[in-house]
Amino acid sequence: MAKYLLKRVLYMFLTLFIIASLTFFLMKIIPGTPFASANKLSPAQMEIMKAKYGLDQPVPVQYAKYLGNLVQGDLGVSFQFNNRSVTDMIVGRLGPSMQLGAQAMILGTIVGILLGIFAALRQNTWVDYSSTFIAVLGKSIPNFVFAGLLQYYIGVKLGWFPVLFWRGFEYTILPTIALSMLPIAIAARFMRTEMIEVLGSDYIMLAKAKGASFFEIAFKHALRNALIPLVTVLGPLAISLMTGSLVIEKIFAIPGLGEQFVASITLNDYPVIMGTTLLFAVLFVVIILVVDILYGIIDPRIRLSGGNK
Amino acid sequence: MKKSKFSLLLILTLVFSLILSACSGGNDDAGEKTPDDGEGTSGETANVPQELRMLDSSAIPTMDTVLAEGSTSFTYINNVGEGLYRLDQNHKPVPALADGEPEISDDNLVYTFKLIDSKWSNGEPVTAHDFVFAWQRAIDPKTASPYGPYMMGGKIKGAEAITAAGSKKEPYDVTTLGVKALDDKTLEVTLEKPIAYWQDLFAFPTFYPQNQKFVEEKGDAYASNAENLLYNGPFVMETWESTDAEEWVLTKNPNYHNADQVKLEKITVNVVKDSNSAVNAFEAGETDMTGLLSSDLVPAYEGDERMLSWMEATVFWIKMNQKNEALANVNIRKAIAMGFNKEDLAASILNNGSVAANYFVPKDFVTLDGEDFREKHGDLIVFNAEEAKKYWETGLKELGVDKLELRYLGGDTEAAKKTDAYIKNQLETNLPGLTINLESVPFAIRLERDNAMDYDLQFAGWGPDYGNALSFTDLWITDGGSNRMGYSNKKYDQLIKDAQGKLATDDKAQWEAQQEAERIMLEEDAGLAPVYQRAANILLNPNVKGLAIYNYGPDYSFQWVTIEGEE
Repeated sequence: MAKYLLKRVLYMFLTLFIIASLTFFLMKIIPGTPFASANKLSPAQMEIMKAKYGLDQPVPVQYAKYLGNLVQGDLGVSFQFNNRSVTDMIVGRLGPSMQLGAQAMILGTIVGILLGIFAALRQNTWVDYSSTFIAVLGKSIPNFVFAGLLQYYIGVKLGWFPVLFWRGFEYTILPTIALSMLPIAIAARFMRTEMIEVLGSDYIMLAKAKGASFFEIAFKHALRNALIPLVTVLGPLAISLMTGSLVIEKIFAIPGLGEQFVASITLNDYPVIMGTTLLFAVLFVVIILVVDILYGIIDPRIRLSGGNK
Repeated sequence: MKKSKFSLLLILTLVFSLILSACSGGNDDAGEKTPDDGEGTSGETANVPQELRMLDSSAIPTMDTVLAEGSTSFTYINNVGEGLYRLDQNHKPVPALADGEPEISDDNLVYTFKLIDSKWSNGEPVTAHDFVFAWQRAIDPKTASPYGPYMMGGKIKGAEAITAAGSKKEPYDVTTLGVKALDDKTLEVTLEKPIAYWQDLFAFPTFYPQNQKFVEEKGDAYASNAENLLYNGPFVMETWESTDAEEWVLTKNPNYHNADQVKLEKITVNVVKDSNSAVNAFEAGETDMTGLLSSDLVPAYEGDERMLSWMEATVFWIKMNQKNEALANVNIRKAIAMGFNKEDLAASILNNGSVAANYFVPKDFVTLDGEDFREKHGDLIVFNAEEAKKYWETGLKELGVDKLELRYLGGDTEAAKKTDAYIKNQLETNLPGLTINLESVPFAIRLERDNAMDYDLQFAGWGPDYGNALSFTDLWITDGGSNRMGYSNKKYDQLIKDAQGKLATDDKAQWEAQQEAERIMLEEDAGLAPVYQRAANILLNPNVKGLAIYNYGPDYSFQWVTIEGEE
């Protein structure tokens, strides 16, 4: 296990190095200026601005400096927000995004799994049909539609929850529900399919024959086996939720990473683009590793270190 | 598949609406301040908390006066700081830290300002040295200020030479800039040439003072949050965590020399980038003022007294690259400039109060003795499909071709794409043989391609930085920094040069020279194809009175705002 983990961690660093380098060179190819007032700057002034941010130096020099700073954990300062260190910016914005993503993930997975289980146990009844209907809605309607509806009806019309901002738990409720629609749909669909398959298998028949109760069958025997494929799907989904949802953050005015990342791309704010890309990459490789380890825990038959030769 | 998703969406919306509107009776207006509420008691502010909650559409990129370059920064800098002059409620620059009008030399080049007694928020006095320090910092190539050299170049003596030397990495001396402290209370400013709009210049945030000791002590941290800033304006920042913070609070500055005038005690600002969400927050009573509304929301509030609308001094136009052989032909340019229906564009596509522009110096922008700049020439190049076609055919004949293909550089937002598609369709319909290839790119890329003059037609716009028509007319002088479309006319150049120099002190003559220049540029040369002048719309609680809205530099001043009672 330790050997396996070490190897995986080494690969992780290699992957990150490749991503960091690729992003750097891709950014150099992107046309456009990072200076907001570029249409007002004289050529002389443009030279001065480029010199300030080191953009007047040859690309290999910029690359070497960038890697050097990166090793020391320095991601530079943002072009659009004067003096703001990219690391501070990411740390400050990661909190709301992670909290919102995690809440949506937890709510979505729990509700989705329950919907899936009940649908499977009550196949071809109204329970099944309702669960499928909700899953279809969650999958096919973009979350900004839910966000808009929730904001208008629950927030503005009923006044049950705050309409926008990020000032406490009650402010997270509407965005969490909006963001959880997709995980609900995915979890419900997967769970239903897997459960139906598992419920038809011999060992469940045996358990039934032995007189196991409904809940014992559902949650003790079937759930564990049905969870494995779900973990595979939910891993990457967790990353996309926890690194910030562009639309949900924008609609609910949440100071998160998602919206900022997109803004930095359109404004050519190179240090912020690099910083956030690297963060996403780190989260991605870590989650993939966690998913692999989870396989082993959920089903001990899956060996991580290549069997017991 | 798409169709079925759409029907599902419809059904869902309907179901949600029915269920939720059924439960929503009763507390519809809870906490909401309706426009009628305030009317009966106009002027009553006693016992009403003087607090304004407002939304802005972006974070404050910087509060450092010398690094600021956008209206968001300028707005808050203007409300917590002050310079020699300040824009008043009627948008006119009036002496602020300057003790009355300055002494001006006979050649109109040297201005000597006496300063009033005023304090920084740390108790230190604001002195003439603070101006010298800030201005030198703004022009210093080491600072790399975007607006310093832009606002000072060619205006304040020595500015251009310092920038030129800095860009070539040659030695320079910031003390050669035309600003000197004769003593603590006397500031001497030397201009490069007489300037008609010098009061506007000295009211602009780039020219505000800075406390040298404080700035140097803070180093890189200066102006990065509320604690690392000093204030000398009507308000101070109570909270502002960082340049990308999405919430900040201003409170009244008791040390402001004009504090008696300021009634507002507190302003809470939140960033909301989505216009729909801002409107929802307003309707839910969570804010008193939204940021600018997107066009699609404006029709819904037509006639509603909570919507405040005004004409901005921002004009949009199509730049025609005259290095392109076809666009070098004046008949082709006239055909394009007259070949699309701007009224329809403004009324149907924009639908937010914006108006067709047949000019490039906006209306409601500058006036002289009560007369608007536009009154003399009014419309200079209007839509006329038949005329346009005639010019087009003549132009094609002169070029010896029967069709033309042009690249059209536009923005990548939904609104920009709609406008560009409309213009393409109009031009292709009205000018047979014309093919327009739309290239929709992000703003940053458009700026770069503008710099490189890598376009045939380009949809662009301009907002002024000071209250003189020169803010627009000097854009099109030959090889001017913002021209970047190859327009050149000696007569035009001369008129603008005169307006910038020898006519600077004769308001009437300076004004007429610019009116004539604009006429030549549009009527004779069709150097540019004006499209529309933009309107702005916000939702504002009718209890909020006295908001000053500016069309250059800062967007708003809260100095005269009061909140009136509801009963």
